[in-house]
Amino acid sequence: MNPTNEQLVSLFERMTLIRLMEERLRADAGAGRLPGAVHLYIGQEAVAAGVCANLDETDWITSTHRGHGHFLAKGGDPKAMMAEIWGKRTGICKGMGGSMHVADLSKGILGANGIVGGGFAIATGAALSAKLSGNRRVAVAFFGDGAANQGVFMECLNVSTLWQLPLVFVCEYNHFCEFTPTVTVTAGEIADRARAFKIPCEVVDGNDVVAVWKAAAQAIEWARSGKGPAFIEAQTYRIQGHLESEDLFLAGGKYREKQEIEEWRKADPISRLAKLLVSMGVRTAVQLDDISTKIAGIVEDAVRFAEASEPADPELTFEVMFAGQKP
Amino acid sequence: MPRKRYIQAINEALFEEMERDPKVIVFGEDVELAIFGDTRGLLERFGHDRIRNTPICEATLAGMAVGAAVTGYHVVLHMMFSNFIYTGFDAIANQMAKLRLMTGGQIELPLTVIAGYGGGRSTAAQHSDTPHPLLMNLGGVNVLVPATPADAKGLLKQAIRTKNPSFFLEASGRGGDSGEVPDGDYTVPFGRAAIARAGADITMVAIGSMLKPALSAAEKLNLAGIDAEVVDPRTLVPLDEQTIVGSIEKTGRAILVDEARDRCSAASHIAAIIADKAFSSLKAPIKRVTVPNVSMPYAPNAESRVLPSEDRIVQIATDLVRSKQLA
Repeated sequence: MNPTNEQLVSLFERMTLIRLMEERLRADAGAGRLPGAVHLYIGQEAVAAGVCANLDETDWITSTHRGHGHFLAKGGDPKAMMAEIWGKRTGICKGMGGSMHVADLSKGILGANGIVGGGFAIATGAALSAKLSGNRRVAVAFFGDGAANQGVFMECLNVSTLWQLPLVFVCEYNHFCEFTPTVTVTAGEIADRARAFKIPCEVVDGNDVVAVWKAAAQAIEWARSGKGPAFIEAQTYRIQGHLESEDLFLAGGKYREKQEIEEWRKADPISRLAKLLVSMGVRTAVQLDDISTKIAGIVEDAVRFAEASEPADPELTFEVMFAGQKP
Repeated sequence: MPRKRYIQAINEALFEEMERDPKVIVFGEDVELAIFGDTRGLLERFGHDRIRNTPICEATLAGMAVGAAVTGYHVVLHMMFSNFIYTGFDAIANQMAKLRLMTGGQIELPLTVIAGYGGGRSTAAQHSDTPHPLLMNLGGVNVLVPATPADAKGLLKQAIRTKNPSFFLEASGRGGDSGEVPDGDYTVPFGRAAIARAGADITMVAIGSMLKPALSAAEKLNLAGIDAEVVDPRTLVPLDEQTIVGSIEKTGRAILVDEARDRCSAASHIAAIIADKAFSSLKAPIKRVTVPNVSMPYAPNAESRVLPSEDRIVQIATDLVRSKQLA
C-alpha cells in the first residue's frame, strides 16, 4: 500500500513544519535566546512524519531527547511546544520540562525523554496497558542508534515478544551516539537484535518518507492486530550537532567531517519529497513554496506567542510534583 | 479485633483492592508463587491478566509500571528484595519520580512498588539493604514503612488508591509477626505518625522494622524507671513532623532508631528537623541508633554487631536520661 497523493502532501506539510520549527530554534539557540539546550531533528523529519501519519490520536508514542519532530508529527501544538522551550507558563508542560521533555498526554505523546533509552520500558508498559484493555491501541517507541546499546532495549524486545504486546520499535539510525560515531561503539547490526526474537523487522531508507510510511503502515497494522511487536530501523543522518551549543565546548574538537554532512544534505528528505510531488504532478514547485510560506507563518506565530507569554510560575513546581499532595 | 500476621495483612490488602478495582494489576518476579507469601492466591482468584510473573529485568519493570500507570492502570510492582530497586533505579529516579513535574502535572502515576528490606536473617549484603533514605531523597515518591500488620494493610490499601508513586517497604524479618487488624475496609492515611507507646522522659522515633526493638527497649527502661514514648512515623514521605516535634517538646530527649546506614539516614533527617524545630525543648543531644556505615555482613554474630538492638537502645537511652549534660 502507498500513501495517497493527499497523504503525501500532508506529509510534506508536517515535515516542513518540523524543519522550519527546528531552523527557527537553531537561530534562537545560536543567538542565546533560549534558556536551555536544544537537540535538533533536522534531516530526520521523514521518520517521525512517516510513522506518526499511520497512528491514531489515541495511540501512544515515547520519544527521545531529540523529540520535537515526534511531538509535532503526533499532532502536538507548535505554539505550546515553542512556549515550553522558551520556559513559559503557556508551554505544553507549563515550563517545567523544556525541550527534552515535551509531552502531550491528550495526543498520546508520553513525552520526549532526557535519558537515552528512557522511553523503551514506558512504551512497553503502555503496550501492556493496551493489550490488557483490548482497546486496539498501539505504542511506538522512537529511539536512536545510541539507545540500542542500552540493556533495557533487549529487555523490552524480550518482554514485548513474550507477551505479544502491540509495540512498534522505531530505531532512528542517525549515525551518532551523542559525539561518537555509532559504528565505533556498536557491534553487529542493530536490526539483528530484533531478528533474534523473530520480531518482523524492516530496515528502510529513513530519508525516503514513502518507504518509512509503508514500513510503518505494515508494522503498526501487525501490532494492532495482536500479533506482537514489530521493528523498523530507519537509516538517516543527524545534520546538526548533538546539541546546538556544542561548538562552544568542543573547543575545535570534531567527530565527523564537513564533507560527510554535505553528502547527506543531498539526500534531504524534504527536497526528495518535493521532487516526487512535482514529478508526479501532485503539486507544482510554486504550490509547494506557498505551503512552506504558510507554515513559516505558523512558526512565526509560535515564536511570537512564546515571546509574549508570561514566564513559568515558579510556585507551580511545588503544586505539580505530586497529584493532590504537598512535596 | 482478630490477630493476623504481617504478611497475611498485606495479602488481604491486595485481595481487597484487586476486588474493588479491576484496574489494579500486579506484576513482578515470581509473584505467582509468592515467595514472601504476600501475593499468594491472587493468580487463582484474578487470573493471569491481573497478576503475572515477569522476566528478571528490573529496569524494564519499573519503566513498564510507569507506562502502564500513565495509561490507565494502577500497577503494583513487586520488586522482591529492596536491593533490586537499585537495578531498576534509572526508571525509578529518572522517570517515576520526575515525569509528573516534567509534564507540568499532565500525568498521574498511580503505582505502588513493594519490596522487602532489612537484615537479621543472614541474607548478606545484597539482600538486606534498607533503602528508604535513597527513596526519600528522590522527592517524587512516597515512602511507606509499616511496622505492624494493621498499618501494613491500611497503608497498602491507601497507596493503591492514590495517584502518586508509593514505595511500600516490607520489613522482611517481620512477615511472621502478628498483631491486631481491624475488620472490614479501612485505610491508614499518609503522613500521620502513631504513638506506639506514650511516655514522658524520652522520645524514641522508631522506623519500620525498628519498632519492635524500640518497644521492647521501652519496657526494659520502664523497669529502670525511665518512661519512654515511642513514635512510629509509618510514612517517611510524607513525614508527620508535627507529631515528632510535639513528642520532643514533651520529653526533651530524642533517640532515632533506624535500620538504614547512619550517613544520610532517615534518622539524620529527623534529627535535623528536631534540631531546627524543637531546639529549645532539648535537654540532651539528639541520638541516632542506626547501622554503621558498612555493608551488612553474613554471619549471624557479625550481623547482630551492626544491627540496632534492644540493648543498644536501652544503653543509649539510659545514658541520655542520666546524663546531666545539656544539648
